Amino acid sequence: MSIQGHVFKYGANVDTDVIIPARYLNTSEPAELARHCMEDLDATFIDRVQPGDILVAGANFGCGSSREHAPIAIKASGISCVIAPSFARIFFRNAINMGLPILECAEAAEAIQDGDQVSVDFDTGRIVNLTRNQTYTARPFPPFIRRIIEADGLMGTLRQMQGKGE
Amino acid sequence: MAMTMTQKILAAHAGRDAVEAGELIEARLDLVLGNDVTTPPAIKVFEAAGLKTVFDPERIALVPDHFTPNKDIQSAEHCARMRRFARDKQISHYYEQGEEGMGVEHVVLPENGLVAPGDAIIGADSHTCTYGALGAFATGVGSTDLAYAMATGKTWFRVPEAIRIDLLGQLRPGVTGKDVILHLIGKIGVDGALYQSLEFTGSGVATLSMAERLTICNMAIEAGAKNGLFPVDDKTRDYLAHYAPERVAMNDFTVCTADDDARYARTIAIDLATIRQTVAFPHLPENTREIGSFDPIPVDQVVIGSCTNGRLEDLRLAAHWLKGRKVAKGLRLIILPGSQRVWREALKEGLFEIFTDAGAVISAPTCGPCLGGHMGILAAGERCVSTTNRNFVGRMGHPKSEVYLAGVPVACASAVLGRVAGTDELDA
Repeated sequence: MSIQGHVFKYGANVDTDVIIPARYLNTSEPAELARHCMEDLDATFIDRVQPGDILVAGANFGCGSSREHAPIAIKASGISCVIAPSFARIFFRNAINMGLPILECAEAAEAIQDGDQVSVDFDTGRIVNLTRNQTYTARPFPPFIRRIIEADGLMGTLRQMQGKGE
Repeated sequence: MAMTMTQKILAAHAGRDAVEAGELIEARLDLVLGNDVTTPPAIKVFEAAGLKTVFDPERIALVPDHFTPNKDIQSAEHCARMRRFARDKQISHYYEQGEEGMGVEHVVLPENGLVAPGDAIIGADSHTCTYGALGAFATGVGSTDLAYAMATGKTWFRVPEAIRIDLLGQLRPGVTGKDVILHLIGKIGVDGALYQSLEFTGSGVATLSMAERLTICNMAIEAGAKNGLFPVDDKTRDYLAHYAPERVAMNDFTVCTADDDARYARTIAIDLATIRQTVAFPHLPENTREIGSFDPIPVDQVVIGSCTNGRLEDLRLAAHWLKGRKVAKGLRLIILPGSQRVWREALKEGLFEIFTDAGAVISAPTCGPCLGGHMGILAAGERCVSTTNRNFVGRMGHPKSEVYLAGVPVACASAVLGRVAGTDELDA
């Protein structure tokens, strides 16, 4: 499974309050949450983001609250993958559970610049920067995580298991 | 196999003699928590999966506290959905507005006797780590994990390694547990303990009250930690005897101590006597400065309350510093008792009269302004000194507003002086 898109790049410690401000947490509808995604950090993000685009950021991405609304908003905005040197642990868990691919790769997070065209292969962890003609390698997902992402999240795998009578 | 406190609790809940850092385990849970923001998405997941029953209605706590009393129609719908679910599944620990036991989740769960040493707890709220103050393993998760745990009573964990925090000596007068945790976060940064436990130990532990330990563990997540944990001592036992007499009577708790030869990622020693009143500047809890080390900063609002500092001890401390003083002209001081129980005790002790005389407004027990919900939202350019736990961009309102995190004494001094200030600057 692989994706390709334009990069939106932000700094370290992007917190869940800027990913989706609490004033919008009176809904959990993905489309409604996406409308306010990254609003307090980059008000133009939601107008510019295209399906398949990639978010690249500094360390500790997703720090703060446990709100699953954060990965939901990012995913519903069209972002196909987040790359950072490290993720806050609750966000990491929530992103996987929501089927939002996230990759830990310090080298890629540093070298990739805003606007670069990048492709990511989730099976191998290979990240190719088409703009700069560079390649970086993240640790690929283990098979069970890949299954969750392909099933569109943890509950998707549960539905698949029920469908197969497992 | 030598283990940390956290590892011992996790091993016991995984039915294992020992676990080691990095291992993935499935653990049995003693308590599963959700609030009015995180539970409605969990209910959606629960129902979409075709689930009908919860694993144990006695071991689930659903607490409406974030946008309550309902701030708007959508919040009201969320609360209604959670209320129906609680009724339908006969959840025993659901606390309606005004009911005995209601209030901010991390204030009420320990007060209601639902937390005891050795417990393993998850909550769909990042500040679930608060309960480590009582010697329990507790950590935050998202709504999907909440749904799975409500159905099965289990979840998976990666066993964390720990940072040992050796607390020595004693705090100086006017310095509190809040200053300790702000000091620590300032030292190690907002990702200083990422994926790790913060385990507090040392002779200084005995000098900290339970309220202070709850405050310290509450903000473990602000250093990126998975959990914070204090050892069990006489103060813990006194607290349990008062708030959880049934569990004490049934001997229904387990004291876990770290092995002498347990391995730690690192050890940080802190002499409590060297800590000064501390403030975290916008927009990260790691941007800490000591009182006296910066130029005057005018303040529009002060908030005292939340799961960090909304306990009776905090309100008593606020009354101590506000008694006979007045809030600065043009500044709003908002005090939010953390629970119905705290509210009642504060009323009985005459604290509200002191607050009212000082010019404060007293709110219902709610998370309210802490996460920018309601009851004290900031306008563009406004500054707030708050005893809460986060000061991210837009956290308490407009993205151009600013939040300065501090303990109760600094909040009171700032309210009186109209600028970010320490209690040394108050007239005697």
